[in-house]
Amino acid sequence: MAEALLKIEGIHKRFGGLHALNNVGLTINKGEVYGLIGPNGAGKTTLFNVLTGLYQPDEGTFTFNGRDLFRAKPHVVVSAGIARTFQNIRLFAEMTALENVMVGRHIRSKAGALGAVLRNKGTMEEERSIRSKAMELLAYVGIADVAEERARNLSYGHQRRLEIARALATEPMLLALDEPAAGMNPRETDELKGLMHKIRDGGVTILLIEHDVKLMMDLCDRIAVLDYGKKIAEGVPEVVRKDPKVIEAYLGAAHA
Amino acid sequence: MTKALDTNKKVGLFLIAAVVLAVLPFIVGNTLGNSWIRIIDFALLYVMLALGLNIVVGFAGLLDLGFIAFYAVGAYTYALLGSPHFGLHLPFYITIPLGALFAALFGILLGTPVLRLKGDYLAIVTLGFGEIIRIFMNNLNAPVNITNGPQGINLIDPINVGGLSLGKALQVGGTSLNSVYLYYYMFLALTVLVVIMAWRLQHSRIGRAWVALREDDIAAAAMGINIRNIKLLAFALGALSGGVAGGLFASFQGFISPESFGLLESIMILAMIVLGGMGHIPGVILGAVVLTIAPEVLRDVIGPLQMKTFGRMLIDPENARMLLFGLALVVMMLVRPEGMWPSKRRKAEFEDAKEAAAQKG
Ligand SMILES: Nc1ncnc2c1ncn2[C@@H]1O[C@H](COP(=O)(O)OP(=O)(O)OP(=O)(O)O)[C@@H](O)[C@H]1O
Ligand SMILES: [Mg+2]
Repeated sequence: MAEALLKIEGIHKRFGGLHALNNVGLTINKGEVYGLIGPNGAGKTTLFNVLTGLYQPDEGTFTFNGRDLFRAKPHVVVSAGIARTFQNIRLFAEMTALENVMVGRHIRSKAGALGAVLRNKGTMEEERSIRSKAMELLAYVGIADVAEERARNLSYGHQRRLEIARALATEPMLLALDEPAAGMNPRETDELKGLMHKIRDGGVTILLIEHDVKLMMDLCDRIAVLDYGKKIAEGVPEVVRKDPKVIEAYLGAAHA
Repeated sequence: MTKALDTNKKVGLFLIAAVVLAVLPFIVGNTLGNSWIRIIDFALLYVMLALGLNIVVGFAGLLDLGFIAFYAVGAYTYALLGSPHFGLHLPFYITIPLGALFAALFGILLGTPVLRLKGDYLAIVTLGFGEIIRIFMNNLNAPVNITNGPQGINLIDPINVGGLSLGKALQVGGTSLNSVYLYYYMFLALTVLVVIMAWRLQHSRIGRAWVALREDDIAAAAMGINIRNIKLLAFALGALSGGVAGGLFASFQGFISPESFGLLESIMILAMIVLGGMGHIPGVILGAVVLTIAPEVLRDVIGPLQMKTFGRMLIDPENARMLLFGLALVVMMLVRPEGMWPSKRRKAEFEDAKEAAAQKG
């Protein structure tokens, strides 16, 4: 029996009259790649925002690794072990690639203002380890050569990778990726797939939003489908793909 | 090889700067007179203030228009605890740290309600806060007289270092060192401390978190930065430097009143940062020095110049001075919006923005 890592039940999120998440429940198991698909505006990113503390859900329950994270602040969620990337890349544009990843180490380090000013041994050692860990992560995602480049000057594919490295720097148990392959060419997408395998094999559970159906079928152990804020299907990719409700949702969206 | 050369060069520059700063009051005193040393003393106070505000505005990106309030808190703490007003005469090594601490607490007090505000809204609320503090100082003279109201507090104790009062001329080997010399070295020492503090903060885990906050607060939160704490820390540490400068100001002047802590002062300190190079410590120092000294130079130049060219005063020198000064600021911001001495990063930001604008237009 698989071990549950994240469990939400009865999650509702409303924006004024819009019911963006309507009674959504799902369980993500340790070690799996869990896919989230659905037509545009289905509520996928909204669910991400709820899971990472950026939005406060109106109702529901949310536990992660045995901790109650319902309406928890983003930094609490990160320290509990959930990290994310953004659909519309949100890097610290004027910082170098290396500095971006170093910011990701914030939650796993502790030097305060006093340490910073006094520069005691502990602080200096921590700072060195932040830097070397960040360098390692850049190498891990394959962009060590652009460590000193400003993030805004990186190519699109590199920016996506940098966001993943920055998220990994927080040492997550669950990595949530919001359309990481968007805008990538087939070669870059293929490389990204390799990277995700590597991350999963490294013991990190992955929650993935993607529109690329083939990619999702290849990568995901299980998939949930959202439509108008409701979960309309869940299961292994082959079954979900053939589900009439899913076909209807996509066709309906295509015809609209 | 080149690195060793670089360090040598740095050490050399450092030594030159140290020597220049050490003998500066003597050079200035012997050429321009003691009043100019006084102006330089003020420049040092403004450097401390500007570096403090720079933590809030330059590092963390929080626009604060009420910064002078923390200067006031530091100054009033010193004045109330070291003057005949309450008959207390606590030594500076208690009153100045205490003033800094109170200022930091006020920083948190201001920071807490404005945590959710950004940009213009934040600016307006902080502006109000600055005015509230000033109005308090103005009115806390009844029913119990705490601040002595608009009359201000007089006869504030000069700083006394181990029996040596900085308020009186020091006799050394036949020559007499005016009080402005003594304060110069005191201010210089504390300015150096503030510079080191600011520089080390900037290049630390905390400094990175501030930049992250400034660039994208949502991404910063999603990376695990506690937005509330990191903002309050910026407000508190910025206010701390302001509080230190305030205490020094009170002792140096010997007199303070609410008038010294108006909105114009807040704006002036902000202008020093923007004009110098927001977020860049050398730039901010330059901005503070230039904006303190430039109006004084104009004061000395405009009157005589008018007399010479027109044979009489056409414009009141005081008006002309501020007019020219304002004009210089406007021109400066048009020609070099990134400031006189911006950081490489900021310079690049402005160049990117220019490029983007060029592509659009
Ligand atoms: N902050 C917000 N305020 C108001 N409405 C919002 C907000 N965020 C999302 N919405 C709305 O909620 C709905 C779901 O949006 P969401 O971004 O979650 O969709 P999505 O499934 O990620 O779509 P896409 O595939 O296009 O990224 C949309 O109708 C969107 O307009
Ligand atoms: Mg989305």
